[in-house]
Amino acid sequence: MSSPTGPPDSPLQAVGLGVRYDRRSVIDDLSVAVPPGSFTVIIGPNACGKSTLLRAAAGLLPASAGTVLLDGRDIALYSAKDTARRLGLLPQGAVSPEGITVAELVARGRYAHQRLLRQWSAADESAVTDALRVTNVADLATRPVDELSGGQRQRVWIAMVLAQQTPLILLDEPTTYLDIAHQIEVLNLLHDLNGQGRTIVAVLHDLNHAARYASNIIAMQDGRIVAQGPPRTTITAELVAEVFGLANVVISDPLTGTPLVVPADTRLPHPVATGASSSSGSRAGSRAEQTI
Amino acid sequence: MGTIVAPAVRVGRGTTRAAWIGAAVVGLLVAVALSVVVGANPMAPGTVLDTVLGGGTAESRFVVWDQRIPRTAAGLVVGAALGVAGALMQAFTRNPLADPGILGVNAGAAFVVAVGITFFGVTSPLGHVWLACAGALVLTVAAYAIGSAGGQAAGPVRLTVTGVAIGAVFAGLTTGLTLTHPDAFDRMRGWSAGSLLERGFDVVLPVLPLVLVGLALALGAASGLNSIALGSDVARSQGVSVRRIQLVVLAAVTLLAGSATAVAGPLVFVGLVVPHLVRWTLGTDQRHIVLGSMLLGPVLVLLSDVLGRIAVLPSEMPVGVVTAFAGAPVLIALVRRRTVTAL
Repeated sequence: MSSPTGPPDSPLQAVGLGVRYDRRSVIDDLSVAVPPGSFTVIIGPNACGKSTLLRAAAGLLPASAGTVLLDGRDIALYSAKDTARRLGLLPQGAVSPEGITVAELVARGRYAHQRLLRQWSAADESAVTDALRVTNVADLATRPVDELSGGQRQRVWIAMVLAQQTPLILLDEPTTYLDIAHQIEVLNLLHDLNGQGRTIVAVLHDLNHAARYASNIIAMQDGRIVAQGPPRTTITAELVAEVFGLANVVISDPLTGTPLVVPADTRLPHPVATGASSSSGSRAGSRAEQTI
Repeated sequence: MGTIVAPAVRVGRGTTRAAWIGAAVVGLLVAVALSVVVGANPMAPGTVLDTVLGGGTAESRFVVWDQRIPRTAAGLVVGAALGVAGALMQAFTRNPLADPGILGVNAGAAFVVAVGITFFGVTSPLGHVWLACAGALVLTVAAYAIGSAGGQAAGPVRLTVTGVAIGAVFAGLTTGLTLTHPDAFDRMRGWSAGSLLERGFDVVLPVLPLVLVGLALALGAASGLNSIALGSDVARSQGVSVRRIQLVVLAAVTLLAGSATAVAGPLVFVGLVVPHLVRWTLGTDQRHIVLGSMLLGPVLVLLSDVLGRIAVLPSEMPVGVVTAFAGAPVLIALVRRRTVTAL
């Protein structure tokens, strides 16, 4: 197979990517490019291959077909450390060792920048300090991670990935298990990081968060990409109905004007019709209303 | 050791950590001194000191230079090797109960040595070392296979039960061999319980290079093990070659557990207890844990050995029996802890 080279401006792209678990194909012939500097959010129902795509894109899963291009070059050709200096990933289910402090955990993000004979440098120190400051956990530096709240802990994990100092950061469901205030806190943090020039790719479950924060949406279903582009053109009632099988209305977010998905209430006598016919889907009394 | 520079001050634990390391060094010196001074042949500390400095009688020179000092050297090597082997196994399997003794690695190594002695007439210490390393390698791979069955870290209890079963089978086979072969029995009697009695430089020197290589590999792998402790996905995305660390750890455990077993027989609990004590005092950084285990392992082995020399006078209790008595309560305490899986 010839090794394809993509447009040099996309930091991360999949070209005809296939991924299998055992013999089951999870992703087949998928092509997508993450726009540089974007806040890309991958959405889709459970088990549609979102996490698989993210892990394959980070080089954690081998491609059974096609390639992942990191900065225009096949990710399989990079050394582990070289990949880790370009791309940071916060997977689901990271575990913190009992008793580890915040600063110690964040410092472990520096592995790719260390050498056997130069374990800790001024650059490492300043990267960790910066990461603690940006994520607003500097005050917690000496506290054990076990003692923190869920929101604080998530910021600490993000600080660890930031300490890796990669221009590209991938996060698998970074807001899951957090209450609404902490979810917004984490999303604001990702927004700020994106504003500072990092390309962010995150898997999110909450479509309204995705619509509000993303500059680019990748919608997946059954291991395929069904829509890609800005939230205003991708998050539509038709798409939500098709991908999630959920009757819904999409209205305009009163604060931001971004799409806001409102599930239809199937308990009512006239729930909103699904899919393409839902464009007139306002109910008596709702404010509303335009599906996009 | 100048390479082990941690972000200590920033972490705010630096002073405490330095104090603990200082205490471990002092403890090590005390243990070495006791091991040279205390023994079945009562001798005044002054006489011992005089003998160490080149004086003494013919008898005191024999006791100190031909018995106690080589024995102490053996304790140092065995303790450091087992302590670090345990630390590596616990870190790599992310299982707080992993230990070359508990997982049957030492028993397997001992069995292979017993086979060599019984059927192939292997008598040289170096021969024992290679046999023990071969046995340790096979059992370490088996322990990892159990530890990672189903893609997940095996539960500590399951791992322990399986390891104890493997260890018991091999210990039983070894006993069977020695009982049916009186010559071998003679040679293996003290050894198979884990003992430092009559372990001279002829046994220690051949394994020393192997232990040093094992310790160096352990220090080299420590940083990667720090990342592996956060989960293998995190480790790989931080740039750790998990497979390479796995091979390095496997090589190190084989050399360390094999060498220790070749010298002292199958000692249990040292590799289990030492890393836990170190973690409680020095924290979670594997670089500190490996270094601390290197210091504390010999303390535990030497003190246990000294205790064994005077506990049942006029005879001796093998050090393996003492460490078993000392280690069993710690194992029970660990198993009963709720957070035992969180390493």
